[in-house]
Amino acid sequence: MAKHHVTATVNGDAVEFLCETQETLLDVLRDQMGLTGTKEGCSTGDCGACSVTIDGRLVCSCLMLGVEVNGKSIATIEGMAHGDALHPLQRKFIEHAALQCGICTPGVLVAAKALLDKHPDPSETEVRYWLAGNLCRCTGYDKIVRAVLDAAAEMRGA
Amino acid sequence: MRYEAPSSLDQAVALLAKESGDARVLAGGTDLLVQMRTDILDPVLLIDIKGIAELRQIKEEAGGYRIGAAVTGAELKEHPKLMAVWPGVVEAANLIGSTQIQGRATMGGNLCNGSPAADSVPALIVAGAKASIVGPKGRRDVPVEDIMLAPRKLSLTKGEIVASFVLPAKAPRTGDAYLRLIPRTEMDIAVVGCGVCLTLDGKGTCTAARVSLGAVAARPLLVAAAAAALVGSTVDAAALTKLDAAARAACQPIDDKRGTKEYRIKVAGVLARRAAQIALERARKG
Amino acid sequence: MQEKLKEPGSEFKWVGTRPDRPDGVDKVTGRAKFGADLAMAGQLVGKVLRSPHPHARIRSIDTSAAEKLAGVKAVVTARDFKDQPSEFIPAGEMMINYKDVVRSVMAREKALYEGHPIAAVAATSAAIAKEALKLIKVDYEVLPHVIDVVEAMQPGAPILHEDMFTAGVDPAPKTASNIAKRIEFILGDVTAGFKQADVIVERSFTTQPVHQGYIEPHAVVASVSEDGQADVWVTTQGHWIVRAHCARLLGWDVGKVRVTSSEIGGGFGGKTVVYLEPLALALSKKARRPVKMVMTREEVFRASGPTSGAHVRVKIGAKKDGRIVAAEAELKYQAGAFAGSPVQPGCMCAYAPYDLENVKVVGYDVVTNRPKVAAYRAPGGPISEYAVESVIDEIAGKIGMDPIELRLKNAAKQGTKAAYGPKFGPIGMIETLEAAKAHAHWRTPLGKNQGRGVASGFWFNIGGETSVSLSLNEDGTLALTAGTPDIGGLRASLCMMAAEELGVGMDKIRVQIGDTGQLGYNFLTGGSRATFSSGMATVEAAREVMKEACKRAAKLWELPEDAVEYKDGTVRPAGPNAGKHNPMTLQEIAGIAGKTGGPIGGYSRINAAGAAPSLATHICDVEVDPETGKVSVVRYTAIQDAGRAIHPSYVEGQYQGGVAQGIGWALNEEYIYGADGRLQNPGFLDYRVPVASDLPMIDTVIVEVPNPRHPYGVRGVGETPIVPPMAAVANAIANATGVRFTELPMSPPKVLKALDEARAKGAAKI
Repeated sequence: MAKHHVTATVNGDAVEFLCETQETLLDVLRDQMGLTGTKEGCSTGDCGACSVTIDGRLVCSCLMLGVEVNGKSIATIEGMAHGDALHPLQRKFIEHAALQCGICTPGVLVAAKALLDKHPDPSETEVRYWLAGNLCRCTGYDKIVRAVLDAAAEMRGA
Repeated sequence: MRYEAPSSLDQAVALLAKESGDARVLAGGTDLLVQMRTDILDPVLLIDIKGIAELRQIKEEAGGYRIGAAVTGAELKEHPKLMAVWPGVVEAANLIGSTQIQGRATMGGNLCNGSPAADSVPALIVAGAKASIVGPKGRRDVPVEDIMLAPRKLSLTKGEIVASFVLPAKAPRTGDAYLRLIPRTEMDIAVVGCGVCLTLDGKGTCTAARVSLGAVAARPLLVAAAAAALVGSTVDAAALTKLDAAARAACQPIDDKRGTKEYRIKVAGVLARRAAQIALERARKG
Repeated sequence: MQEKLKEPGSEFKWVGTRPDRPDGVDKVTGRAKFGADLAMAGQLVGKVLRSPHPHARIRSIDTSAAEKLAGVKAVVTARDFKDQPSEFIPAGEMMINYKDVVRSVMAREKALYEGHPIAAVAATSAAIAKEALKLIKVDYEVLPHVIDVVEAMQPGAPILHEDMFTAGVDPAPKTASNIAKRIEFILGDVTAGFKQADVIVERSFTTQPVHQGYIEPHAVVASVSEDGQADVWVTTQGHWIVRAHCARLLGWDVGKVRVTSSEIGGGFGGKTVVYLEPLALALSKKARRPVKMVMTREEVFRASGPTSGAHVRVKIGAKKDGRIVAAEAELKYQAGAFAGSPVQPGCMCAYAPYDLENVKVVGYDVVTNRPKVAAYRAPGGPISEYAVESVIDEIAGKIGMDPIELRLKNAAKQGTKAAYGPKFGPIGMIETLEAAKAHAHWRTPLGKNQGRGVASGFWFNIGGETSVSLSLNEDGTLALTAGTPDIGGLRASLCMMAAEELGVGMDKIRVQIGDTGQLGYNFLTGGSRATFSSGMATVEAAREVMKEACKRAAKLWELPEDAVEYKDGTVRPAGPNAGKHNPMTLQEIAGIAGKTGGPIGGYSRINAAGAAPSLATHICDVEVDPETGKVSVVRYTAIQDAGRAIHPSYVEGQYQGGVAQGIGWALNEEYIYGADGRLQNPGFLDYRVPVASDLPMIDTVIVEVPNPRHPYGVRGVGETPIVPPMAAVANAIANATGVRFTELPMSPPKVLKALDEARAKGAAKI
């Protein structure tokens, strides 16, 4: 069975890869491109550790096939910082101690960025419901929510 | 495993119809990929329908809407008008899974996955939606309540694909709502789901109603007796009590890891009342 | 709101502040490498064949077809692991037996739980490995199974181990059973005590097994070269433990195996044992190539240790004035397929927060056809303390006493003799109760359908073997290498303690977690010991560096060694010689290291003693939907004694994380088995951990009653936070509804059913 030839953009860079039908986008990112920042926690879309955005849309990469991203623009955690400058969310997460083991952190950051890109002034409840698909077992979510709200305020120039 | 991405419905239907092995339609993939991953399914062919225009568009039609079967929940929510017209449907589709899931999941997939607990189905049913199905013999429109027959069993024949959902023109003073009971606040499959749509006359009397229950039988139910409890009433306490009883009486639930029979029956009545109250508020406003 | 009862004064420069953690940037950019993030050239994919039966004799295993499949490079079964004699060794705070370990990692005579590994293969791709598993033919003789702890104790229950005769019973039983041991802890005379009681409450409780729920599945890459040197990259809480287990199971010298701990994506006790590591090593040896093995989420649930489910009976007698005069408990904990539930610590903790004269606690360790339990955050404690704290709450209600006052009246303090043996040094039970009483949460009025509960909790904390190395680099910066994997902020705390000691900036110290070839033995990260033990060793290593720095300056200045002191980050002549020479910074000392004797460093190798318990009191508000039984936690305050909080943010984080797990345990988490003994919810869809929208902000109060045996007064804090929540939630629900729940989880169907039954009797408040 011939593999599919896919071209896409990942974090602004043009990429090309071959994949079998059943290879997920998560498999391709981690195993072929070495972008291991996106994590596999469950492979059934229940934990959000594999979160990426496709053309700005927040999705679970474990529930997309590699072949489905042809022509699309993918953003992963590795593309969140700009050169030396961490994204405000990344800075606030460190400042607020919004991570302990850090395994959920890439997924949470990608999801939080997708939230603030669309809704720059979310309430605590809106943040919690938006992030409901990102499981964290270490923090109890408290400092995560505070970090997101603080980053949102900073990004609004408040 | 082969993968095809046809650009027309005819091509998609032809691929589906001629495949002798297990061929699956791929829309959002949020059910299909999970089933492939857990070895429940091992298709020989995936037909990706996201490149077909009708399946991806939301169009106003005959005073109502034609919603492509592969429009995602997130896109439904972002549509400038749909939320105001059919909030129950949009909210139901956006209860499925998480933000990430809603970025991919579609109402076509939610229906055709064949789970009695599907969240968007009771909402579509009470809105009076029809599934516009295209197959080798052409197109037919079927009320959504007639699509699911039993878990994983649909009334579609070989080669047929649900292309879009047709929502009728909404009568004035009509409101729809969908509620579900889950143990957490998000991320669970519905233990019970209930959709209510009702129409009031100028005096506030209910002239039409539809009530649908999910996760309490082998398929989502359209409960005529529950609707009858509302029609002719002002949706007052007495009517709600009758509605509660009628909803409970219609349940044929199972005990499973998500809920017991008796729990589902009780909660069906509770949700029917609560959904009716929300639908009533919405009907009063418009 | 996060508070500390005592704000840091000018006493410390670093300790008690909140600097950025040194590994933070790597973790927020995706750079940090976890277990599954490593790939080695030429690596094979390893997969495990698991028993579909909860209990079966294995008559034969035929791997020949699998071995012949193109792309399969190795297959292993129990034949590839030598049998082990019975020997108990510590695994975190629990004990394990190698005879059981070798059977746990690969079934020998029997499959003892659904998911039990039967064979493993290594192949050039995951698809081929999966195909190979299908080709392995296993002849099972299916046996009746038992998965409930009480059923497993009954005569006539299916027996898992024909050589299990209950220990701790006199005379020893002659027939095999599923009860591995019986233990008891007795203080005073409970019979006499109960006679003095004005009120007695006796209740039985049931809890279900729950999983630690770490988001990162088990993952390992193992590489054995032709000369027998083995390298392991693994997500683990204790790489020296992994080394010890693997060397033992494979019959290799410990020194031949080097284990590197990756970043770890959560452990909570569940990564203190081995599952895949010995299999990956055995496969790699056979295949002569690296082998990578990663569990799927389903495998994590089916085949890695949850904690026990249990049946607990508690009986407490008290006088009208609140004094508890007798306290009894009977704990039946299931261990899973092999002996070793945490029933012992469960017994020890049950009444530990209280100063009591008459206590009798009896525990049973019972095997069942489920995966062998692994430690889960304060193993055994949450279960027994849930039961005790619930009954204490009920007693308070019966005598009309405030539940905090009742606990204060009986609180353990310095000098109290615990039922499990020791006399306590200074502990913070009273302080956390007083803080709870004074907290605004306790005074805030409740809304409709709401209730408030309070509960206390205790955990011992441990010390243990620890090695830390601190090197002074030639430019005055430092390299600190510790050996306890950093689960949640350890590197920050160690860096802070070193900076505090040395009087240098944190940015001058780079911390790493070394591999097993780089340091002496380190016991694992668990038992809330890492900040305590590695911290103690770090301080000792820093003091060695300071002492050596003084020696070198003394040499340079031609002064006796004791005439030089280290102060404020510099070395200077002391006493009568003060002022004779300009002080030298550590950087300048580093500059002369070579010519004064060689590189300067500190190397601490200790068995950290003096770990002290951490006590907590939690307040929880719930709201109950009277028509659906759904419970929401609407407010939560966790108050706990940290001894000294090195980095308060990470101490708060431990409190909040434990609370979230406890709430999940209380409300929705459970293993659901069918009558066929198979797990029905091996995934995060139906194994329901709390999501962000399920929880409110979790307010914390750090109380500090310093531990006199640690240089900074540190107490371990990681485990105590999970102990009070189940009772706090249950007590809050009782307060809201008038119904007391003795079965966990308190999921909506159960709550509604109990509410309806209470309503029928006129006993419900809502």
